[in-house]
Amino acid sequence: MDLTVTPGWYMALASVLFVIGGAGLLLRRNALVMFMSVELMLNAVNLTFVAAGRELNVLDGQISVFFVMVVAAAEVVVGLAIIVAVFRRRATASVDELAELKG
Amino acid sequence: MVELVLFVIFAICALFGAVTMVWARNPVYSALGLMLTMFSLAVFYVSNAGHFVAVVQVIVYAGAVMTLFLFVIMLIGVDKAEDRSETLPLQRPAALVLLALFAAGVLVAGARAWTTGYTAPGEAVNGTIEAIGSRLFDTWLLPFEVTALLLIIAAAGTIALAFFRGDGEEG
Amino acid sequence: METLITLALLLPLAGFTFLAFFGTRLPEPWPGVIATTTAGLSFVLALIAGLDVIGGGTERLTVTWFEWLPALGVEASFLYDPLSVLMTLVVTGVGSLIHAYSIGYMHGDERYGRFFAYMNLFLFSMLTLVTGSNFAVLFVGWELVGLSSYLLISFWFERPTAAAAGKKAFVVNRIGDVGFLVALMLIFNTFGTLAFDAVFGEAPAALGTGLATGITLMLLLGAAGKSAQLPLYVWLPDAMEGPTPVSALIHAATMVTAGVYMVARTGILFELAPVSAGVVATVGAATALFAATIAVAQFDIKRVLAYSTISQLGYMFMGVGAAAHVAGVFHLMTHAFFKALLFLGAGSVIHGMAGQQDMRKMGGLARVMPWTFATMAVAWLAISGIPPFAGFWSKDEILAVVFGRGGGWTVLWAIGLFTALLTAFYMTRMMWMTFGGKARWDDGVHPHESPRVMVVPLAVLGVLSVVGGLINTPFKPTLEHFLEPAFEAFHVHLAHPPEGATPWVLAFVSIAAGLIGIAAATARYRSRVPDEERGAWKLLNRGYYVDDAYAAAFVVGGGAAARWAAASFDQKGIDGAVNGVARLTGAVARRLRPLQTGFVRSYAVAVLVGTVGLLAWFMTRGGF
Repeated sequence: MDLTVTPGWYMALASVLFVIGGAGLLLRRNALVMFMSVELMLNAVNLTFVAAGRELNVLDGQISVFFVMVVAAAEVVVGLAIIVAVFRRRATASVDELAELKG
Repeated sequence: MVELVLFVIFAICALFGAVTMVWARNPVYSALGLMLTMFSLAVFYVSNAGHFVAVVQVIVYAGAVMTLFLFVIMLIGVDKAEDRSETLPLQRPAALVLLALFAAGVLVAGARAWTTGYTAPGEAVNGTIEAIGSRLFDTWLLPFEVTALLLIIAAAGTIALAFFRGDGEEG
Repeated sequence: METLITLALLLPLAGFTFLAFFGTRLPEPWPGVIATTTAGLSFVLALIAGLDVIGGGTERLTVTWFEWLPALGVEASFLYDPLSVLMTLVVTGVGSLIHAYSIGYMHGDERYGRFFAYMNLFLFSMLTLVTGSNFAVLFVGWELVGLSSYLLISFWFERPTAAAAGKKAFVVNRIGDVGFLVALMLIFNTFGTLAFDAVFGEAPAALGTGLATGITLMLLLGAAGKSAQLPLYVWLPDAMEGPTPVSALIHAATMVTAGVYMVARTGILFELAPVSAGVVATVGAATALFAATIAVAQFDIKRVLAYSTISQLGYMFMGVGAAAHVAGVFHLMTHAFFKALLFLGAGSVIHGMAGQQDMRKMGGLARVMPWTFATMAVAWLAISGIPPFAGFWSKDEILAVVFGRGGGWTVLWAIGLFTALLTAFYMTRMMWMTFGGKARWDDGVHPHESPRVMVVPLAVLGVLSVVGGLINTPFKPTLEHFLEPAFEAFHVHLAHPPEGATPWVLAFVSIAAGLIGIAAATARYRSRVPDEERGAWKLLNRGYYVDDAYAAAFVVGGGAAARWAAASFDQKGIDGAVNGVARLTGAVARRLRPLQTGFVRSYAVAVLVGTVGLLAWFMTRGGF
């Protein structure tokens, strides 16, 4: 049996990781965990970029990963700052407590 | 063969880490689970000829970003268990059904799209620092500069948020 | 050349734009100086263009700015031929004198800058009207003139009467505009174009008499509204509520001449519809007589002049109706000179009398206002038809042509002749009551001569009123030679006065009529002001109660209809619909509000729903 690891495998793994991240985002109330879930989803996408870049013989997949990382870093920095600011005011990290804007 | 072994081992590690992240009541465990997943992904990057990306993944993501997460977790003192009961009605069943649908859709669609048997022209990629650097500062220069601007804005915004006090006055 | 005449048109617009933004901030007299400068420069440019035409240069020139309505083939283009050049000269020449005069007259007004902005706008509108090379541009000018007259008549809008007068002018003009618009639609429907060249060129071949009559009668309705002819003349006497220079501008240089110009311009259409031409002349004659009789019994100096304007416009309509377009336009020009002079003189009198307009409270002003008296005397002789003053030549030419047509036209000639007698009578009456006899001033009124900036325009207009008629005498018809190409280009056949001794006889008859009028009025008013407030005088003074009749017939009913519409239709229908939309939005929003739970995770689920939906859509599209 000749089992070669094709990019499809990585794609499938990335999909599963992406869905797990989505589950964390939807089911957890802790803002920090939700953030980590988002990071996981972004990482899953990065994996598809790298795998597809290898399949297509282009380096741009890996370049895209860089940009995703930069954006993710920026997002984490601002997001964590917001969480800290909110926590200082409300002493909670649960997003369900933050529902002032409801209709 | 080596790649297959690596894939199996680290895929299990990545999935385990991801599930841990979602499942753990304590955010510290969540962070550690995510770190495990990120290390696993770094291995996959190496398998896919993304050497430099793998290094950055370990240093920046698993290192800096996750450390930042841990700092914040410790700072705001929620390193304690959180009850997992759901307060929003329908949230859990709706989320699970939709996620299942989504996963099924992606996997079914992907099962066809990912096995086209297409052989790409050109040389196999090799994500060395040199290759990535020359590409980044050549074709992708403008997006690169824009992301630099984005980072500056993010830093400035973070500073502004850090000065923000509870009484609404600026620091 | 093109630049020159384009500039002549644009200068007043530039002045208006500048003054509209900065006029209120400039101190006196700078807005007036700027406005006068633009008007004067415009006149100089038009003069250069006119001299070029006389000197045998460019005779016709069409300047196209841009395609305005490509779907209709309408261009924003301007035609310069002798007729429009002459009109431009009259408008800007008399207009700039009135501007200069206003610098003194409007002294101390709190909206000084705005006044001159409007004046420049008025000039620009009128120039657009007289130079447009198609009916669409003409209509734009037509409407702009209506707008600026509204703005200027109700310039002192704090006075309810002034505000009402502005409204009245606007509404009555709209009635005429309806006719004009219908005429434009008919023309476009028939010819498929609105350009003068094409319409007038094809008209003799393509236009049947019936359609021509319809079009020209509609045009006449428009012209009657703008030029204050029966039955739409009612706005003009009320327009006296505006500042006096505005009256001068409306009556002499702009606005009311628009109707005459338009009939002269579309002369070929009237030629194809003899009935309409007859109607034009009849309306003109009737208006001339009608307004002259009313003018006889007015006490307000400006109202005398207002009815006099209506009457003189009647002459012009008689002229253009009789296809004596040159004579009509000639009278338009001389009338511009002496009527502007009369109005500015009256303004000078009112200025000196501290706002008093009732002639019964004047008298004996000749001594204290010598310049005003002298110049107004010139205008008085001119309008009374005494040679060699300007009015004689033009009025006499119209009457001669009308008489020469024979048949029923002789009746119109007789009416015109009698009107000439009346004109001389009421003008003499006005002169005696204002300047002659004993002073009947109110206490505390100390008449004085006006400042030089007001007197100089009077003097210039006085000179023009003396010599203006000499450019088109039967002995040397310079103006006719000048204008003829403009009418020939549009295939108009001009009517000419009869040959031989007849004109001489007619001239002596009309001079005699003028002298009889002057003599009769002198006898009656030289030493006293008779009681003229009862019986027939009262009827004439109130203008045959036409205003009251219109008020009863249209205004009361219209007001009631408007109130009914406001109460039921507007409040319940329109407002109800608006409020209903607001209520509907509110109700829907109340229902939808629960969707905004405020829980981030609910929103995330919503995003996921969308993602799954999109995925499903792509998969079905992809053939899975």
